[in-house]
Amino acid sequence: MSAAVLELTAAAAAAAIRAGELDATELFELYRARAAADELNAFTWVADQPPASVAAGAPLAGVPLGVKDLFCTENVPSQSGSRILEGYRPPYTATVVRQLEAAGAPLLGKTNQDEFAMGSSNENSAYGPVLNPWDRARVPGGSSGGSAAAVAAGLVPWALGTDTGGSIRQPAAFSGIVGLKPTYGACSRYGMIAFASSLDQAGPLTRDVTDAALLLRHMVGHDPNDSTSLAFPGEIDLPSRHDLRGVRLGVPEELIGAEGGIEPGVRERFDAAIALAEGLGATVSPCTLPHAPHALSAYYIIAPAEASANLSRFDGVRYGLRVAGDADLTTMYSRTRAQGFGAEVKRRIMLGTYALSSGYYDAYYGTAQRVRTRIAQDFRAAFDQVDFIVTPTAPSVAFELGAKSHDPLAMYLNDYCTVPMSLAGIPAISIPCGLSEGLPVGLQLAGPAFSESRLLDAAYALELAIGFDGSPARTGGGGA
Amino acid sequence: MSASVEYEPVIGLEIHVQLKTRTKMFCGCELSFGDPPNVHTCPRCLGLPGTLPVINAQAVHYGIMIGLALGCEIAPRSQFHRKNYFYPDLPKGYQISQYDVPLCSSGQLGDVRIHRVHLEEDAAKLVHAGASGRIHSADRSAVDFNRSGTPLAEIVTEPDLHSADDAREWLNLLRTTLRAIGVSDVNMEEGSLRCDANVSVRPVGSTELGTKTELKNMNSFRFLAQGIKAEVDRQVDLLRSGRPVLQETLHFDPASGRLTSMRSKEEAHDYRYFPEPDLVPLVATDEMLEAARAALPELPQARAERFLTRFGLSDERSRELAFRPELADFFESAVEAGEGAEPQAIANWMQALVERLADGADPAESPLEPRSFAALVRMVSDRTVSRDAGREVLDILLREDGSRATIVEREGLGALSADEGGLAGIVAAALAADPDAAAQVRAGNMKAMGPLVGYVMRETKGRADGGEINRLVREQLGI
Repeated sequence: MSAAVLELTAAAAAAAIRAGELDATELFELYRARAAADELNAFTWVADQPPASVAAGAPLAGVPLGVKDLFCTENVPSQSGSRILEGYRPPYTATVVRQLEAAGAPLLGKTNQDEFAMGSSNENSAYGPVLNPWDRARVPGGSSGGSAAAVAAGLVPWALGTDTGGSIRQPAAFSGIVGLKPTYGACSRYGMIAFASSLDQAGPLTRDVTDAALLLRHMVGHDPNDSTSLAFPGEIDLPSRHDLRGVRLGVPEELIGAEGGIEPGVRERFDAAIALAEGLGATVSPCTLPHAPHALSAYYIIAPAEASANLSRFDGVRYGLRVAGDADLTTMYSRTRAQGFGAEVKRRIMLGTYALSSGYYDAYYGTAQRVRTRIAQDFRAAFDQVDFIVTPTAPSVAFELGAKSHDPLAMYLNDYCTVPMSLAGIPAISIPCGLSEGLPVGLQLAGPAFSESRLLDAAYALELAIGFDGSPARTGGGGA
Repeated sequence: MSASVEYEPVIGLEIHVQLKTRTKMFCGCELSFGDPPNVHTCPRCLGLPGTLPVINAQAVHYGIMIGLALGCEIAPRSQFHRKNYFYPDLPKGYQISQYDVPLCSSGQLGDVRIHRVHLEEDAAKLVHAGASGRIHSADRSAVDFNRSGTPLAEIVTEPDLHSADDAREWLNLLRTTLRAIGVSDVNMEEGSLRCDANVSVRPVGSTELGTKTELKNMNSFRFLAQGIKAEVDRQVDLLRSGRPVLQETLHFDPASGRLTSMRSKEEAHDYRYFPEPDLVPLVATDEMLEAARAALPELPQARAERFLTRFGLSDERSRELAFRPELADFFESAVEAGEGAEPQAIANWMQALVERLADGADPAESPLEPRSFAALVRMVSDRTVSRDAGREVLDILLREDGSRATIVEREGLGALSADEGGLAGIVAAALAADPDAAAQVRAGNMKAMGPLVGYVMRETKGRADGGEINRLVREQLGI
């Protein structure tokens, strides 16, 4: 039974359970065994038993869920990939995780990630790097690398990630799966250990577009615990569209050229996907996002600035690591944070602290916010002309472990195509659009705020046409 | 500068007021005072990872009430900011406060302009073990998070005060105003009212501001005046001897009455303010403004003016009463009781009443009814009883610990007047209960009438008519 069951998407598994053809507990046990035997270091914690029960008639029927480590889960380690939170078990559960549990998606395990979601390779985790199931010498992308690798390798049917500047979309692209970053405010952030509050969003990492729609349907909505969350207009529809007739796609020249360092192999797959879209009836035209080339610079001011404050609470006073000895307060603070945080986290705290400091605030933070406003205006203007914007998700395919870990700027360039949408707060999805050098390439589609249902529909039509085969990763992958 | 130059102090105040909301500024924990440590806490006010603030609507309502009471403009959209610094009493490593767009600005109370009023959250409370009472030399420090996240309104004045006594008097007006609108306990000893002062001096006639110092930890009205006086003297001495005033923060030590400089590493902050991304801008809607306006009672200053113009009370007496809402309420109840006593006479007798109450006590909490108080005042005015006798009656009425049956009193008033037999019986009982007083009155000592009237007033809960009691006593004693 197991091999066939493993090939079921989450939606198909849920349907089989509801039809009485599959037992939810058996399914959970099957995945639990796979997750426990994880060789990719995708999990930081795996449940030791199936849930007591799944509510009868729950729409997600008991199909188990992987959850990125930074979501707080009651009494379950929630360490955000950091040494400073080693062994930390929160007294409460994040809103989206609670919603999904209530909808019938029980927690299978917590997935590895870059420390505090800062990274694009998952090499910044205090709990070790995650391996890409397509090639274990390569990174799965980040920061939601554990969730991406686990879904791609079939260790879990679907998973939750978070995206601040590309942390769902880029690992989805590197791992050959679907990843969606919703509109900012669509999903509650309550219980997500914050990186950059004005950018962080929870979203699904799934094997296909339908699963992404199904999971997202139960994530969205206003949460009284999160003042920045909004009521989602309408319900997320399951996608059904087989063509793209009447759909206008815009290709922003700023994000597909040499500036973004798009590799030829990636560009080839991207062009082929665009040709397929035209074949499905879409009209494709160039469009312009004049300020998009400045997005990365603005992002690396705003996100570290917010992070520098968000991470101040890790001070050794109340929870997590404390390195004190018999030293005084200031020494306790600096020793705790020196030993608790990794290099990338420290770098961003320094960047953010500097950007906010007296005399520099307006030049850095102020300017970055103005750039952010311009970028959002660029997108609004573009969406007057086109329905969706399409770009490669990442400039390259998955790179080798260690290839960029000593060059922060090269690492940051991974997010060249994903950061503009994050700054604008708009939804974007990455779907696999083929292989280059035997590794998956991601195609990104972005739409206006709250256009998720339409976006999923278009992605679904393309997914059908592309016919990507993700099974090699589930059966061991190229490097296994 | 020559020693003969006269200097004028220039003082501005920064006041923190704990708001009397049910719950904290950004979470649902109840406010408390004096409870065991760390019983009113939750993931939010402990700053646990992943938590987010949610603005307390009642705190905003109170903030707007304060703004309106102080004649401020209310910002249609104000913004919360993060004020960043590390300290164990600050669980998130930043305080959520307001910065460039406060909730209220540009107001005035009395002669002092209000610069701004903004909302923020209070820190937790630190307890240090060890001799110094300060964290850097403590053997051990513990944190009590009960106070963490308590809503605060910070009120900043313009530098419009020019003496320590003015500052003290104005702070009292502010305190009275805030107490009257019911937004805070405004108790300096308990820390629900805290006041820092910015002090500078300048030659009389100059319009430029001198270098200011910031005075902290003056946690009583007396200490505030004492601290400002000491600092003004210090600055004047410095300038007269040709030395400059340094801009610094000074800590008032109540034990010695002296100010010490707080200049140290822990004071050198760059707070790195930036807009709080976890909150959307605070929008003050017309409905919110209307609700705040409707909730405002008559303010003490307006009430004092009304007492002055309507009742002809002296300026001083008007303020004495109006600035203590509980006295003003009692006074007005007595005036309205319809016993025919003159408001001025009632106001004068309020003084005697206050002297007989514990400091700050509310007369409404005593057994004395405003109506019997008014009746008593009228009897004294009528010379039905003497002034001395009146004081004795007041003592008796205040000692009585029977329940205050206000409704019975109103219902019963007419009944008692109509039933002279009932009153006659009580008068008879009074004479029987105090034969000494009865004998003295019979012998012509009208001062002894006091205890007898007091007895009847007590028995009738103030319903009896003074003249009638007097008549019945005379009648029954045959004089």
